Amino acid sequence: MLNLFLLQSLNGIQFGILLFLVAAGLTLIFGVMDLINLAHGVLYMIGAYLTAAFAAMTGSFAYGILLALPATLLIGIALEVLVFRRLYDRSHLDQVLATFGLILILNETVKIIWGSAPLSVPMPEAFSGSIQLMGNLRYPTFRILIIAAGLATALGLYLMVNHTRLGMLLRAGATHGAMVSALGVNIRRLFMIVFGLGAMLAGFAGGMVAPILSVDPGMGDSILILTFVVIVIGGVGSVRGAFVAAIIVGLVDTLGRSFGPMLLRNLLEPAAAAQMGRTVAPMLVYILMAAVLYLKPTGLFSSGGGTR
Amino acid sequence: MSEAVTPATTSIMETTAERQPLLSRLAPWLVFGLFAAVPLLAHAINDSFILVIATRMLIFALAALSLNLIMGYGALVSFGHAAYIGIGAYAVGILSSYGINDLLLQIAAALVVAGLFALVTGYLSLRTSGVYFIMITLAFGQMAFFFMVSLSAFGGDDGMSLSGRSTLLGADLLADNLALFYGVLIILAAAFLLMRTLVASRFGRVLRGTRDNPTRMRAIGFSPFAFQLTAYVIAGMIAAVAGVLLANQVQFVSPAYMTWARSGELIVMVVLGGMGTLLGPIIGATVFILLEDVLAHFSEHWKLGLGLILVLVVLGSRDGMSGLARRLRGGSDA
Amino acid sequence: MLEPLLAVKGLRKNFGALKVTDNVDLNVQKGEIHALIGPNGAGKTTLIHQLSGNLRSDAGSVVFAGQDITRLGMAERVHLGLARSFQITSILDGFSVLENVAMAVQARSGSSFRFFRDASREDEINIQANKALARVQLADRAYRRAGSLSHGEKRQLEIAIALATGARLLLLDEPLAGTGHEESAVLVELMRSLRGSHTLVLIEHDMDAVFSLADHVSVLVYGSVIASGEPSTVRSHPDVRAAYLGEEEIA
Repeated sequence: MLNLFLLQSLNGIQFGILLFLVAAGLTLIFGVMDLINLAHGVLYMIGAYLTAAFAAMTGSFAYGILLALPATLLIGIALEVLVFRRLYDRSHLDQVLATFGLILILNETVKIIWGSAPLSVPMPEAFSGSIQLMGNLRYPTFRILIIAAGLATALGLYLMVNHTRLGMLLRAGATHGAMVSALGVNIRRLFMIVFGLGAMLAGFAGGMVAPILSVDPGMGDSILILTFVVIVIGGVGSVRGAFVAAIIVGLVDTLGRSFGPMLLRNLLEPAAAAQMGRTVAPMLVYILMAAVLYLKPTGLFSSGGGTR
Repeated sequence: MSEAVTPATTSIMETTAERQPLLSRLAPWLVFGLFAAVPLLAHAINDSFILVIATRMLIFALAALSLNLIMGYGALVSFGHAAYIGIGAYAVGILSSYGINDLLLQIAAALVVAGLFALVTGYLSLRTSGVYFIMITLAFGQMAFFFMVSLSAFGGDDGMSLSGRSTLLGADLLADNLALFYGVLIILAAAFLLMRTLVASRFGRVLRGTRDNPTRMRAIGFSPFAFQLTAYVIAGMIAAVAGVLLANQVQFVSPAYMTWARSGELIVMVVLGGMGTLLGPIIGATVFILLEDVLAHFSEHWKLGLGLILVLVVLGSRDGMSGLARRLRGGSDA
Repeated sequence: MLEPLLAVKGLRKNFGALKVTDNVDLNVQKGEIHALIGPNGAGKTTLIHQLSGNLRSDAGSVVFAGQDITRLGMAERVHLGLARSFQITSILDGFSVLENVAMAVQARSGSSFRFFRDASREDEINIQANKALARVQLADRAYRRAGSLSHGEKRQLEIAIALATGARLLLLDEPLAGTGHEESAVLVELMRSLRGSHTLVLIEHDMDAVFSLADHVSVLVYGSVIASGEPSTVRSHPDVRAAYLGEEEIA
């Protein structure tokens, strides 16, 4: 029982790390540019498809993901130049419409190229086993790799946001956008970099889950919504908030799904508990979001911009 | 975008609030008259499918009309409106699985559940604004979606087929497609009149004022929150009625009705036809369903075309899609 | 001395390390025209935001007609009889002139949760709105779109809206901002005609207007009131002269 709990907690953290990778870029885009971008989940999907394609081409998952990273970076920059750049000073409604259109375009393009059926990416040989953590608790090596890579990325982002000039501009931009541009900073280039990096992080997350999840055209949509939940809980514009919220959401979702029915079994008859558990578990993160909104409408780590 | 004033003529002095161009007074008669004549056309060219498509147009027009109350008159971009269509549809599905087939009871249940869901989620979402509001309505809509997906007792992901259409006071009135069509048309007309009344009322005036300048409204003594929440609840309830009708038409209920893509399409319908105008959402839904039908004939990837149109139109016109829609209508209701 | 209509005590507001309102005491007597003057950046508009309830104060109290309103929001203060106008014109451009004013009347004429009657045909509201328009000499513009008014007319409309709220005390934030000579003369005359029926607190840069209108002048510099009294006393106050030196001529 304890082992199962630890195992599921690790799964939750691993899921949370993925959410963080997608949310990190998006929360900056919301915070710094005040842009609502619905198409961010699509970049996660594209990352997965590109990794699958490059891995098949080269016969190696590692090469696959190494090639997918610059590719998603370039796609992110291209999208910024072609579309998003023209949306910064538009109404939120226009942003919603254009990025919604972008999702339709990219989802369908992926379907045309790769078909609607899910793709599977073979697990790289070196990471296909599992590692003994403690006692008789074993955990898949590849999932540990995901956690490690995610934590390393989080650390890198932390250093970048807090100890570089780019990071300083980002932090300032999240709270005082007009001031940053008044300082004569090349805001266009700053935005382009944020966008490219955000796209690459989302693509990285997509690539890393490709071997453990099926790669399908809808995968971007479901992660996008959870990413929104993460950003709302963490506070728009806060990378630190996104990290904490992502781990919380990952844990609540994973543990809720596995232990919810079990806990309910003590209260209800088994059939009802199973049904109820299955129904309530997916809603837990939204209930969590509602609770945070009720207590602190700007999120746990709001960057000071407040509700915009 | 006030209805009372028609800026197209304000360059000419002394326009009264009452005087409206003849065309805009006749337009509702024209639209509803054309719809009323659709069965004649279907009969004349002997194509019953036209009636099915037209009914679908009317149902989505009702949903778009409700979204327009909060989006067009309240400047609240809700990305979770499809959830209410789903609530209405499941009110029919779930009640009929317990043998309750009466339309009025089903509508009553849909109104109550949708109203409560809107009250709770609206209360939380309206504490925020802008980007937050869009994200949160989207998340709550998705919550409703996942709830139905996991509710395997009522079909879960696969949805549930209905054994037949709802009855009205025991009579099997809606079984016939023609009767259903006119039933839906009457409900839409009633909703249109209700909307026109609401928008012009004290309540509607506060809502419109808040859309244009919330600070000003507070400065003259209004607290916008309660008005926005009320509008949010009314909009959700009307959309649920659309869901009841949709379930009846298709005789099938599934979580697919409440996906966030469907919410996005509702937004597109409203903007396409003209946000903050009474007739706009009806025209927008009609055009959208028509486009969907025509494009789907060309290619299974018709959404690619829709996406391209959306992106190009928003990027191509300075004032966005609503501006383009306005120019297409030839008006200039600022 | 009479109980002041508006009594401000120890009011503070900080933006980070910046003290924008620094321990402000202010008494406004019923029926007077009280001008708040001070160089740019003195914190006048911030003070108006705090008095109107648009901005929460960090410390201090605001008492209006004997009631502590420090914690109340803007809408609640309006209902008690304290309304404001805006420095940057913020009328509802898309509505008719009459509706802009009628909306303010509506706010104090029973519940606005009425859903079925056409609000623009409520005679009682329109009559009162027209009265307010007549008072600012905009009666003949009632059915024009508010956005089509001239700048001066929009400033008059701002005042009509504040009047229509039924407030006893009006906080006018630079009512003359951006107006030409003739426009400003109309507005000054308008404010003078309100003396007696209303209490006015106004921020204004136009010193001619201030000294011809005001019964009482308070001078705000760096968030503090450095002088307060009758116009002639304030004008000759050495600190005031120093604060304005090089800024603009004060007399």
